[in-house]
Amino acid sequence: MTRITALTGVSALALALGAGAASAQEDVLACLITKTDTNPFFVKMKEGASEAANELGVELNTYAGKLDGDVETQVAAVESCIAAGASGILITPSDSRALVPVIEQAKEAGILVIALDTPFEPSDAAHATFATDNFRAGELIGQWAAATVEDPENAKIALLDLSAAEVSVDYLRDQGFLTGFGIDVKDPTDIGDEDDERIVGHDVTQGNEQGGRQAMENLLQVDPGINVVYTINEPAAAGAHEALSSFGLADQATIVSVDGGCPGVEDVKAGVIGATSMQFPLKMASLGIDAIVQYAEDGTVPQPSDGLDFFNTGVTLVTDQPVDGIDSITSDEALEQCWG
Amino acid sequence: MTQDSASQDYESSLARSDNNVASFARTHTPIQTIQHVLHGNPTLVPVIVLLVSIAVFGLVAGDRFFSAFNLTLIMQQVSIIGILAAAQTLIILSAGIDLSVAAIMVLMAVIAGKLSVDLGIPAPISVLIALAGGAAAGLMNGLLVTKAKLPPFITTLGTWSIFYALNLWLSGAQSIRSSDIDTAAPFLKFFGNVIEVGGARITFGVILMVLVFVVLWYMLNKTAWGRHVYAVGDDKEAAELAGIRTDRMLISVYALAGLVCAIAAWASIGRVGSISPQAFYEGNLQSITAVVIGGISLFGGRGSILGALFGALIVGVFQSGLRLAGVDVLWQVFAIGWLIIIAVAIDQWIRKVSA
Repeated sequence: MTRITALTGVSALALALGAGAASAQEDVLACLITKTDTNPFFVKMKEGASEAANELGVELNTYAGKLDGDVETQVAAVESCIAAGASGILITPSDSRALVPVIEQAKEAGILVIALDTPFEPSDAAHATFATDNFRAGELIGQWAAATVEDPENAKIALLDLSAAEVSVDYLRDQGFLTGFGIDVKDPTDIGDEDDERIVGHDVTQGNEQGGRQAMENLLQVDPGINVVYTINEPAAAGAHEALSSFGLADQATIVSVDGGCPGVEDVKAGVIGATSMQFPLKMASLGIDAIVQYAEDGTVPQPSDGLDFFNTGVTLVTDQPVDGIDSITSDEALEQCWG
Repeated sequence: MTQDSASQDYESSLARSDNNVASFARTHTPIQTIQHVLHGNPTLVPVIVLLVSIAVFGLVAGDRFFSAFNLTLIMQQVSIIGILAAAQTLIILSAGIDLSVAAIMVLMAVIAGKLSVDLGIPAPISVLIALAGGAAAGLMNGLLVTKAKLPPFITTLGTWSIFYALNLWLSGAQSIRSSDIDTAAPFLKFFGNVIEVGGARITFGVILMVLVFVVLWYMLNKTAWGRHVYAVGDDKEAAELAGIRTDRMLISVYALAGLVCAIAAWASIGRVGSISPQAFYEGNLQSITAVVIGGISLFGGRGSILGALFGALIVGVFQSGLRLAGVDVLWQVFAIGWLIIIAVAIDQWIRKVSA
């Protein structure tokens, strides 16, 4: 008697589970996990994902860390997505290595994992990576700077990087810029191992105005003749411009940057930034949702772009001083596509 | 009379007698003597460290470091954290800690910027609103600490997040651009103005920092209010028994600290140029670093506010000196870490002074 009841109970549970699984397959669940939900870049990403999800009738759960580097919250978010039976996870990992084990668990549970913007290390930890080619982004502004500066052979270059941790986006942009400018970077994953005499120095900015100003002041103290300034992003570029202005050297140096945020594009228009490489967070997220739907339908896994280990969502040079041989758009055109 | 006076003449023999007062045997080694001097003058340690580090970096990094230009640049670079450290000192002297100082500052900078740049309110009014807002934010901390009886660490850990969230909500995590401030409200950048004397460049922000320290030093050392801050920080119950209204005291300390943070907010707009909601995220820890290196006891009631100024300058001198000597950023962080530990170790050693 007891045994029969128990069995009935189990089969009822199995039925319920089966029914649950069936209905979950009908309406696809996608997860979007960003580094933070405050950075306009990720806000735009969320917007792109939400729009695409609405269009395709996909249910979307979004999660975000409290600040860049908040690994714990992201791990918990991945676990929630596994528990909820998601078909796919779009994630911008706060730490390229630390999240790999939990991502393996998600893959084992049959979930499609796509890294957005920031690749994992190794990058094949996820099924695919949809990202800006950050090396190319750096290379574009490097080429532009070399073609714009009067005497590139005797340039004095300051490099304003992100942080002492040298994460991948940091070295890719930095080394891409130097390559584009025509400087031997030695190890392309190491910032600061170059011995070219045109490099005045590297300093870190934390990617904001205050850090950009302080780093620029420090490097101007090393050499007041700096005339080319690479910056990791546009807020850092704005800070660098403040420092140059306060030293009375604003006209002597050309600032280049990466991102394509609206305030940054405004700064290109105002002449504060010479050129910036624009990336497309909205496109990253909407393509990611498309890929999840495709995977839920027939199990197709997205393939990387030719010659790269990730799917390139594109990068465009924005400048009002176009150079022959380098495709670019003007700041006015860029204002229609900028994020944030 | 003469005979009488001669017989009464004790005075003349006095010079020959032993005129020592009863005392403990003095067995001070030179090190103990130093310990005593430092105990009496807690600010002496940071002053010595500051002077020695300037001398050492002057030798190592050369003229580029030891120029009037660079030394005043260091003052510009520490001015904002310096003012925050002044606010932090008030709280720490009262045996509390304030993790929300930088969050209050950034929030007030964003409020002033939004009011003037987006809504077109005249800058002086925006500044007044921000100053009042800073005092109100501090008041909130003070009420939670005294009336709700929450530990200062927990209170300000909470308000840090609250103020940070409000800041991101108000700003949309977007910076207000420097050129927009120039057009709409240049007054917000008042403290970015520079006085040049020879190679030296003193910003109004640096002068403001020094003024803040001088005024607070006067309040802490020359007024009853200031003595009460030390008394409450040293022993709250004893202060209460001595008739000090400790709750009112603490509320005023937190509100004043909030006001000082808002002053720092105004100065920060001049310093950074733009208003960045993401800047100074670790400003609270940097202010505590300056206070600790400045020889102010984290247990309250001991130390001079001027120590925090020297503490902030020491950090600035180390960063600039190491940078000009070509040391990697990583090792600058490493050096500051050791500075904190050594500063606290010295403080503990001085406190062990006997008799």
